[in-house]
Amino acid sequence: MKPSRPVGITGYGAYVPRYRLAGQAVSELWTDGNAQPPVREKAVPGLDEDVATMSIEAARNAIARASYADPAFSPAELGAVWVGSESHPYAVKPTSTIVAEAIGATPYTQAADWQFACKAGTEAIQAAIGFVGSGMAAYALAIGMDAAQGRPGDALEYTAGAGGAAFVIGPAERALVEIEGSVSYVTDTPDFWRRQYEKYPEHAGRFTGEPAYFHHIIASVTALLRQMNLSARDFAYAVFHQPNVKFPLKVGEELGFTREQLRPGLLVNDIGNTYAGSSVIGLTAILDIAQPGDRILLASFGSGAGSDAFCLRVRKTVAAKDVWTTQEYVQRRTPIDYAQYSRMKGNYKLN
Amino acid sequence: MRDVSIIGIGQTPVGEHWDKSLRELGFQALRAAMKDAGIERIDALYVGNMLSGELTGQEHLGALIADFVGLRGIEAIKVEAACGSGAAALRVGYMAVAGGLHDIVACIGVEKMTDQQSGTVTSALAAAADAEYEALQGLSFVSINALLMRRYMHEYGYKKEDFANFAVNAHANAVNNPYAMFRSPITREQFAAAKPIADPINLLDSSPIADGAACVILAPTAIAKEFTGKPVRVRATAIATDTLAVHDRRDPLYLEGGAISAQKAYAMANVGPSDIDLFEVHDAFTIMSALSLEAAGFAPRGQGVRLAMEGEIGLNGRIPITTMGGLKARGHPVGATGMYQIVEVAQQLREEAGANQVKNARLGMAQNIGGSGATVVTTILERL
Amino acid sequence: MEVARFWRTIGQRYRLIGEVCPNCGKRIFPPRDVCPACEQEARTPFAFSGKGEVYSYSTIHVPPEGFEKFAPYVVALVRLAEGPLVTAQLTDVDEDEIYIGMPVEMVTRVLREDGERGMLVYGYKFRPARPVRGDAPKSAAELARVPEPAVNPVAEAKQAAMQAVMA
Repeated sequence: MKPSRPVGITGYGAYVPRYRLAGQAVSELWTDGNAQPPVREKAVPGLDEDVATMSIEAARNAIARASYADPAFSPAELGAVWVGSESHPYAVKPTSTIVAEAIGATPYTQAADWQFACKAGTEAIQAAIGFVGSGMAAYALAIGMDAAQGRPGDALEYTAGAGGAAFVIGPAERALVEIEGSVSYVTDTPDFWRRQYEKYPEHAGRFTGEPAYFHHIIASVTALLRQMNLSARDFAYAVFHQPNVKFPLKVGEELGFTREQLRPGLLVNDIGNTYAGSSVIGLTAILDIAQPGDRILLASFGSGAGSDAFCLRVRKTVAAKDVWTTQEYVQRRTPIDYAQYSRMKGNYKLN
Repeated sequence: MRDVSIIGIGQTPVGEHWDKSLRELGFQALRAAMKDAGIERIDALYVGNMLSGELTGQEHLGALIADFVGLRGIEAIKVEAACGSGAAALRVGYMAVAGGLHDIVACIGVEKMTDQQSGTVTSALAAAADAEYEALQGLSFVSINALLMRRYMHEYGYKKEDFANFAVNAHANAVNNPYAMFRSPITREQFAAAKPIADPINLLDSSPIADGAACVILAPTAIAKEFTGKPVRVRATAIATDTLAVHDRRDPLYLEGGAISAQKAYAMANVGPSDIDLFEVHDAFTIMSALSLEAAGFAPRGQGVRLAMEGEIGLNGRIPITTMGGLKARGHPVGATGMYQIVEVAQQLREEAGANQVKNARLGMAQNIGGSGATVVTTILERL
Repeated sequence: MEVARFWRTIGQRYRLIGEVCPNCGKRIFPPRDVCPACEQEARTPFAFSGKGEVYSYSTIHVPPEGFEKFAPYVVALVRLAEGPLVTAQLTDVDEDEIYIGMPVEMVTRVLREDGERGMLVYGYKFRPARPVRGDAPKSAAELARVPEPAVNPVAEAKQAAMQAVMA
């Protein structure tokens, strides 16, 4: 898919909370250490953090970079503020208005929350491409952010992390990265869900693998490469939804990408699965080091199920020395134990 | 303007009055003061109180207490200025008598705090600070004082233990005050080892919340001798204000309201700090003692703590403070505290302070502070 | 519920919108409409940078109602780069790393919630300023710290049951 006028990413920013829970701590508590943790550790939001506050910080970073890339840009020019997440702080009441207010995008703007499991963030990007590409807005802000939930003792608890990224989508001629094309691929495949009023999601075990994750990503990326007439070798980097370390490496391999192409964007071992933020925060880590001319492949996966694949090309870079890089967030880490984790998750009822 | 004197004083012990309500505490102090003055009627009643609405669900204290003590029909209102309510009530009474509106007036300070749990009381006390910009950020009243203390130590190079003598002195004086809450001495070692509340403030920097009521009866000095052989003249009463929030002050370490209030009082009494024989400071926290001593001109900026370190605040020191135990050891029933200070100064000037009597005390001063310094009431009393 | 009370101050709480005095140029926070320096009317909005340093700090062990779940937490007076002092919590910080003069930056965080069913109140807090960045970003190779997927024969069977973890 291509918009009627070329669009790109004029600014990007990440956020990861500073607390880390080791996968081993979960394993010790629930399996006497027998289970091999699928990630080394995961990021955990502090007591005063949620998807709104994390989105605000990522958005501020994205706006700061956009202002370097395009000195004429200001947050008031954002025609949309869209937050994709499956852990919005309110069941009813937009996260996006909180973010829009905090970054100074209100009041003449579109604001909405998106939900499509782990691809809610790229879904917001797709919509922003259309919004800007059609000329309805000069700029749009798309965010993928989560403070993921996992039932205590469940496989998800090892990886359900927190973090994500924000992107200012704008005209390609002012952008850091041009979005050359995209494909969305969806089917009704219930591999993972959370029913209304339930606290923790359910998943279909091994069914989440082949028919869900692998099928949808391979389908979207294959279609995109065909559409763009490109092959894996044409990309400097690739980033896939990263629920664990194994899956993105495997899907990359099946699609012909090398581990070297994947490594800079593969953060899951350090911050866990950040759900709607998972693939997009990997992209920000890549953008921090990419050079003009580099092509980047981004492919999300959202349970339920679908995948958005994007072909990106770096146009220019900005120094933005006063803005947090993704790796700075990743390396800012404060280990916590399971009791502290449980407290931060709100598992202790005080009154 | 007429000259005004105190013709009667009364107080309840400060403490946890599980068996007494707000109105009963007020009744007890008022009855004691009226008995002391030998009177059965008053013309008006001014009730200093901060938290009756928050903690007991009762406002409208003027009418409540007037009725409860059998004085239905008289003029009676509540006066509120956070922890400065007590001395503020005295000033309202003073204005009524000095202005010739009334002859015999009672001023009460009363507070009932122990009916609520500590979390509720902590929140209620935070209402003395700026609700929008201090309390909403999660600051307790203690922590606001802690911010001042930390900065004071940083700026003037003091150690935590340098403040010890404020608490040690207060406890030593409370031993001989039958109305005091904590009548046991403490040591510098106990001070150093006390449990932190809001670092650097620990339990022994802090005054305890409590129940209590104190009362004085005012009359024109011209007729004071008809009621008592020991009238105490009100030489000055002055209120000054500053910003509620510490962050809005021109200099957070300077109690500007305290300085203005003291200067106004000195001018009204035509005296200076060197004329004052004893000074009841508002030692809600040790840092407040230091700041109040500086604001009132007993020490240069940054030197208030030195008076404690050098033993100048004792009963025989250069400027005796907290002579009956202060807020720290007598206890701090917030809206009543200012009136306790005034009653205690009167006790000293009437030479009724027992073992704590400051020799040849002629002029005594009290400084009652609302919030972290937003309202400061200075009162100067003289033995006639 | 106190919705309107929080709502009307969203600009200042979310993004430090204060005022600047058109008469003397003083930057004012929190907004108060009358300049504390020259006492002229001052209603011109001014966005603060959020940069500042710690003027003083304390740790609260006995929290007021509504803040119990955060205790112990650090509160501070912060001197904003543009001049005013502001009272706020410090977050994402260990008590022993705080010092007077420490550079901090504003973040928007949850201040409190109005009970389990009430609104969430967001507002400014401060955290240690981002460290000054060193040399050029590390190369892709240096950043690569991805271990091989674990192979543990004993755990393989269990792995099969819990392997698929995604959203």
